[in-house]
Amino acid sequence: MKLEEEVVRRQRERARIVAWLLGAFVVLLFLITIAKTGMNW
Amino acid sequence: MPAMDMTNPAVLPADWRDFVALTKPRVMYLVVFTGLCGLLAAPELPPAVLGFTAILCIALGAGACGALNQWYEAELDGKMRRTARRPLPDGRMDRQSALHFGVGLGFFSVLLMGLATNWLAAVLLAASILFYVLIYTVWLKPRTPQNIVIGGAAGAFPPLIGWVAATGHFAALPLLLFAIIFLWTPPHFWALSLFVRSDYAAAGIPMLPVVAGIENTRRQIFLYSLPMAAAAVAPWPLGLAGPVYGGCAAILGFVFVALAARVLANRAAEPAGMAPEKHLFAFSVFYLFALFAVLVADRWLTS
Repeated sequence: MKLEEEVVRRQRERARIVAWLLGAFVVLLFLITIAKTGMNW
Repeated sequence: MPAMDMTNPAVLPADWRDFVALTKPRVMYLVVFTGLCGLLAAPELPPAVLGFTAILCIALGAGACGALNQWYEAELDGKMRRTARRPLPDGRMDRQSALHFGVGLGFFSVLLMGLATNWLAAVLLAASILFYVLIYTVWLKPRTPQNIVIGGAAGAFPPLIGWVAATGHFAALPLLLFAIIFLWTPPHFWALSLFVRSDYAAAGIPMLPVVAGIENTRRQIFLYSLPMAAAAVAPWPLGLAGPVYGGCAAILGFVFVALAARVLANRAAEPAGMAPEKHLFAFSVFYLFALFAVLVADRWLTS
């Protein structure tokens, strides 16, 4: 595999993981909000 | 081993697995477990999602510590066989990426902890990260053989953070849990440093076996194991845990002290003859897992 191809592959892989993590974070924030609202803190 | 280049950033962007390796996931298990036990031992439990977030934040904070530790010690790690294959000394990642990752992870974990649980837990998490990075890694570790004794406080924070995340305040039991890990850390790390002391000597890190000698280290291991075992039993007579916990803590403590006595009696100077040290190191990990698991089981059985 060429160096450029490997760079692109790694960048894509990292971008995909960051996207999944951001999505999970949004869901987590939503659940935290629901839990804290329910607790009336 | 590829030569480490600190001035020229790596040509390839670091692989995501190297970012995971930067967080020292194998060390994280114990941190997460003790934090979880601190949370589960609390008299009031938060909603599951908030409890999960608190443990996630403790894990991310520990990951930040690992990343910043590896960023700071990249050159030292390259001199030790045990750590030479880490992403930075192996040249698989540039130092700036590690620094940004560690700082970002640290800020994120503290902020999320404050938003999800309470700001006292967030302050404790921030204090533990700063203590590990600034007091232990930067200040104590390269300067004094007592680095593990004082620096061990950083690893003792998780059960305290877990408890405070659940309740919002301090109490006697989590402070005792803090004391147990604080006293457990020196014999645990010194047992390891005895059979990898040539690594520490090569890197110029003044670990106790390098500076004070093998026999002195063995004596210190035994001496620390006594108050550690006593502190572990203490929650029972103080009425903070039941007899199930007290009995198990006494048995586990007895085995720990017996293994420390075998270390004290050992005369081997080479790693090949250090089976008692290796046994103590392995048992010390089991000891902490078992002790905290029994504590949670006991609290749930008696409540």
